[in-house]
Amino acid sequence: MNTVAQHLQGTSPLYKKRVRQNSIGLTLSMSAMGIGLFALIWILGVLLWKGFAAIDLNMFLESTPAPGTPGGGLANAIVGSFLLVGLCALISTPVGILAGIYLAEYGKVSKFAGLTRFVTDIMLSAPSIVIGLFVYAIAVATVGNFSGWAGTLALSLIAVPVVVRTTENMLNLVPTPLREAAAALGAPKWKVSLSVVLRAAKSGVITGILLAVARVSGETAPLLFTALNNQFFSMDMGAPIANLPVVIFQFAMSPYEDWVSLAWGGALLITFSVLALNILARVVFREKVQA
Amino acid sequence: MSPTDTLSSSGEVSPQVAQIIRKQRLQDFVFEHTTQFFAFFVLAALLGILISLAVAAWPTLKEFGPAFLWTVEWDVVDDKYGAAIAIFGTVVSSLIALLIAVPLSFGIALFLTETCPVWLRRPLGVAVELLAGVPSIIYGMFGLFIFAPLFAEYAQPFLAATLGQIPVIGVLFSGSMIGLGMLTAGLILAIMVLPFIASVMRDVFDIVPPILKESAYGLGCTTWEVVTKVVLPYSKTGVIGGIMLGLGRALGETMAVTFVIGNAHKLSASLFAPGNSIASTLANEFAEASSDLHISTLFALGFILFVITFLVLSAAKLLLMKMEKSAGTKT
Repeated sequence: MNTVAQHLQGTSPLYKKRVRQNSIGLTLSMSAMGIGLFALIWILGVLLWKGFAAIDLNMFLESTPAPGTPGGGLANAIVGSFLLVGLCALISTPVGILAGIYLAEYGKVSKFAGLTRFVTDIMLSAPSIVIGLFVYAIAVATVGNFSGWAGTLALSLIAVPVVVRTTENMLNLVPTPLREAAAALGAPKWKVSLSVVLRAAKSGVITGILLAVARVSGETAPLLFTALNNQFFSMDMGAPIANLPVVIFQFAMSPYEDWVSLAWGGALLITFSVLALNILARVVFREKVQA
Repeated sequence: MSPTDTLSSSGEVSPQVAQIIRKQRLQDFVFEHTTQFFAFFVLAALLGILISLAVAAWPTLKEFGPAFLWTVEWDVVDDKYGAAIAIFGTVVSSLIALLIAVPLSFGIALFLTETCPVWLRRPLGVAVELLAGVPSIIYGMFGLFIFAPLFAEYAQPFLAATLGQIPVIGVLFSGSMIGLGMLTAGLILAIMVLPFIASVMRDVFDIVPPILKESAYGLGCTTWEVVTKVVLPYSKTGVIGGIMLGLGRALGETMAVTFVIGNAHKLSASLFAPGNSIASTLANEFAEASSDLHISTLFALGFILFVITFLVLSAAKLLLMKMEKSAGTKT
C-alpha cells in the first residue's frame, strides 16, 4: 500500500532511481550529439582559419613550387583533379546506371543479381588503398609508368558501386503501373527502362552521381600508386599527373612552411567542394520528392 | 497466341508487325545482356582484386609461409618481412576507435530518434552525414597539426597521471608523450567512423514499430528504459551490423591513420607509442619500395587487409539484411 502511494506521488526510491537513470542517460546522449557537432565545427573552423590564410589568386594561377622557392600555387593540381574526377564521372555514370538498371529491372529474383548486389555493397566500403594496389598491378606495373588513366580507373572503381546502388534504389521507387502503362502501349522493355523508368527517376540518379563524385574527389589513397604526382603543369593522361589530394598529402608531410600552408589552402578547397556537392545532391533529391 | 497477335483484326499477324516484334525482341535481348554485362563488371572487379593481389603477393607468401602473419621482424635492408606489427596496429587502432565511437553513436542515434525536437532532426542528421563527407586526408591534417599537439600537452599527461597509475593497464598509458601514436590514431578514426555507425543505428531504431515503444511508454517506462529495453533488443541485429560496418571502415582507413599513427615498425604495449597499420605501411612505403620482395610483401599486406575487411563487411551486410527481412515481416 505504502509503496503504491509513494509511486503515485513519485517519491518511492525505485521511481527516483529510474528517473535519475533516465536523466543521466538522456544527458549523456545529448552530450554525444554535442561531441559530434563539436568535432564537425572544430574541423571546419580550423580549415577556414588556416585555409583562408593560404588562399590567394596565385594559388589558382601558379603551379606547385619547388622546395625552397617562394610563392607558387596549386593550379596544376586543381586542373589535374578536375581531369581525373571528370573522366571518372564520364566512365562511372554509364557503367553504374546500366548495372543499376539490370539490378532493378531484370534482376529482382536472379541469384546472379543478388550476388552482384551483395558485392556492390561490400565494394562501397572496401579499403580504397587496396583498390589503388589493384590498379597498380593491372595498369601501372604492366605499362611500366604511373599515369592519369590509372588514377581515373582507380577512382572509377570506387565511384561505380555508389552509382549502381543509388540508381537501383531510385528505380525501385518508380511505381510499377508506370512500367505497365508503357508496356501496354507496346513499348519494348528497353524503351520502358530508358525513356520511362530512368526518366522518372532522373533526379535520384543524378543525386547518386553527385554523391559518387563527392566521394572520389577527396580520395587520396588510390591515387598514391596510380596517378602519383607531377610537379609541373600537365594535361597528359598517359603520364603522372598532379592532383589535389596527393599534393596535400606530400605538402602537409613536408618540413617547408609554405608547402604546409599551401596544403591547408588545398584542403579548404577540396573539403568545401566535397561538402557543397553533398549538399547539392540533397537539394536535387529533395526537389524530386516534393515535385 | 501472344497478346500482340490478338490485336490484329484478322487474327493473323501481318508481316510488318511480325518484323517489328522481331526487331524489338532483338533490341530487348541486346539491352538486357548489355546491362547484365555491366552488372557483371562489378563482380569481375572484386574477383580481379582478389586474384591480382594474391598473384602479386605470392613470392612473399612462398618465401615466408604462414609464419609471415606472426613474424614481428621488418627489415628492409635484409629483405626480411613479417606482418605482425602492421596487423597489430590495424586491429588495435580500429578497436580503440570502436570503443569510443560505439557509445557516442548510440547516444547520437538515441538523441536523433527520441529526444530531439522534430524540426532539429533533419539539420542535425545532415550535420552528422557531413562529418562522413569530410575527406579522410583532412582528418589526417587536423589530427597531425591541431589535435596531436593539444593531445600531447594536455590529455596525455592527464591520462598518464590517472589511468597510467593503475597496475596492469597502466602500461597502456605510459611512455613518451609525443601526441602521435596508436591512441591518437584510434581517436581520429573514432570521429571518422562515428557518422557511419550513427546513421545505421538511427535507421534501425526508426524501424522499430511505434506500437512497441508506445506500449512501453504506456506501462510507465522512461525514455531510457524504452530505448535500452525495447528499441535496442528489437534492433540488436541491425546495431551489430552497423558496428561491423564501422569496423570495416576503420580497418581500411589510410590517410588519416598515416598522418597520426607515427609510422614506426615497432611493437609496443603503450598506446602512446607510435606504430603502423597495414594501410599506413602501404601508403608510406609502396612508392619507394625497391626490391621485388618488398613490393610483393606490401601486396601481401594489402591482400590480408582486403580479406579481413571483406569478411567483416560481409558479416555486417548479412546482419543488416537479416534485420531488413524481419522488419518486412513483423510490421
